[in-house]
Amino acid sequence: MTPPSRDDLAEFVYREASLLDEGRYDEWLGLFAPHGRYWMPLEPGQTDPLLVTSLLYEDLFMLRLRVERLKGARTFSQKPASRGHHLLQQPRVERFDPDEGRFATATAFHYVETRLDEQELYAGWARHDLEVVDGALRIALKRVDLVNCDAAFGNIQLFP
Amino acid sequence: MGKYAADREALAALVRPAEVHRDVYVDDEVFALEMRHLFANTWCYVGHESEVPASGDFATTEIGARPVIMVRGEDGTIRVLHNRCPHKGTRLVTERSGNAGRHFRCPYHAWTFRTDGCVYAIPLRRGYDGTGLEERAAARGIARAGAVHCYRGFVFARLAETGIGFDEYFGESLSSLDNMVDRSPAGRLEVAGPPLRYLHRCNWKMVVENQTDACHPMVAHESSAGTAVRLWEGMQKPEGTGKPMAMEVIAPFVSRYEFFEEMGIRVWPNGHGHTGVHHSIHSDYSAIPGYFEGMAKAWGEERARAILGENRHNTVYFPNIMVKGPIQLLRRFQPLAADRTLVESFVFRLVGAPDMLLERTVMYNRLINAPTSIVGHDDLEIYERMQAGLASDALDWVNLERLLDREEEHDATEIVNGTSERQMRNQFAAWKRFITMTMQ
Repeated sequence: MTPPSRDDLAEFVYREASLLDEGRYDEWLGLFAPHGRYWMPLEPGQTDPLLVTSLLYEDLFMLRLRVERLKGARTFSQKPASRGHHLLQQPRVERFDPDEGRFATATAFHYVETRLDEQELYAGWARHDLEVVDGALRIALKRVDLVNCDAAFGNIQLFP
Repeated sequence: MGKYAADREALAALVRPAEVHRDVYVDDEVFALEMRHLFANTWCYVGHESEVPASGDFATTEIGARPVIMVRGEDGTIRVLHNRCPHKGTRLVTERSGNAGRHFRCPYHAWTFRTDGCVYAIPLRRGYDGTGLEERAAARGIARAGAVHCYRGFVFARLAETGIGFDEYFGESLSSLDNMVDRSPAGRLEVAGPPLRYLHRCNWKMVVENQTDACHPMVAHESSAGTAVRLWEGMQKPEGTGKPMAMEVIAPFVSRYEFFEEMGIRVWPNGHGHTGVHHSIHSDYSAIPGYFEGMAKAWGEERARAILGENRHNTVYFPNIMVKGPIQLLRRFQPLAADRTLVESFVFRLVGAPDMLLERTVMYNRLINAPTSIVGHDDLEIYERMQAGLASDALDWVNLERLLDREEEHDATEIVNGTSERQMRNQFAAWKRFITMTMQ
């Protein structure tokens, strides 16, 4: 395949957010590399996902579990379901290494999650570490740093 | 004055042997009385000594609705001070933790206090010459907790000047803290990183009760743990593939009723109690290489086996913390209002043990206790629905009758069926005792 362009990287990030906002979670899972992870640190600037608590640090199995749970007949916290909305700034390319097939982008975002009459706004930065797997871009790590990651939150049920 | 503040009997009547009145969860006046009396007369968890290792180190929290500072003095003693300037009431520190050096200095008028709370200096002090300031409470410095006790690194305080002593209050329940600390080959724990902080729009007691509610996991967590088990079993994987750590953590939540019935509940006087007398959801975790060897070296093989053979599930220390010995986790249920609670979940490192134990503890914390946790979502949905349901006066009484023994006493140490609501009744008996003891 021809290596991805910088625009392709940005398109990938936009598409990822669209799949989430449209609730197309199975397709969204397909964007992850087999060893992909989704990380939401608890501390600003956190470097250790294993020995320091995070809000979320999950492999594909656990992400699939989240997606399956959202569909469950007895998933009471999703009756009615939540909806999410991402507003993204243009992704900045932080790594562009076609020879290694490795890329990274940083994207500032506002994310809204809503259920019933409640709506919460979260702001932060998403970093996507991307790799080429079988000729396609895939997420090795999506790291979401909320600007107030150390604040007390109510339920965050979907994927910022 | 409302109907409860002026009437101790009316407040006590909210707790019956098998039921409690919904006002204990929804009424603002009851909440105010809890803050004033219950959280002053009981021993409340303040923090861990490893949060304040050096002289002048402090950590802030609340006991009930009262903001306090835990601070290590120059003499090495840990004290608990009210986070309020005795002059005009300004909160002295707002950071969650830090180092005060040798003094706390109020940012308003620069009244300055030693770390034991005594007044060090007041600017332009001659303005108080002859006013009689020395007779006022303000001259005595920052108000202190009535009593402070550090037990194996865990710092508790009783705000009231007089009342029940630490040893009498906790008694044999301290065995759960002992077991958690003894799991360190060095006999010592350290707080590992920041706590999760999870806002609950429900009454704090609902969350405390749920810690020993063994009839909800297979129902409320069918969506999370049930789906996990189904996914794992349906997954294509090589023969003999071991469960990953995350599955070991989450799958036991949907164990059968018999599992929870047989695990047992032990109750102690003063509202303390624990689930998991005989076994628990923490019993079948994989052994971590090198850990037992280190424990055997430190404690001897027999003693090490006894320590690790104890797999208590949730120990509630009345009024508002829960500890999990086998995975070194402590949750504090901080009341903010009748319908608002902050749940903080702290994890601890077993000093001298392999890192993989902390890795499992940290994983447990984020899978079960985070605002982003699917198990957390299951529980919080239920609490918030209870709070909403109890706002209606359609029925006034909440039922806590499962496996009620009509003869049961609440100053007893006893082991009962694991699905009993006995520990919830035990908590309310203590609630009634400690909230009314200083009311007129």
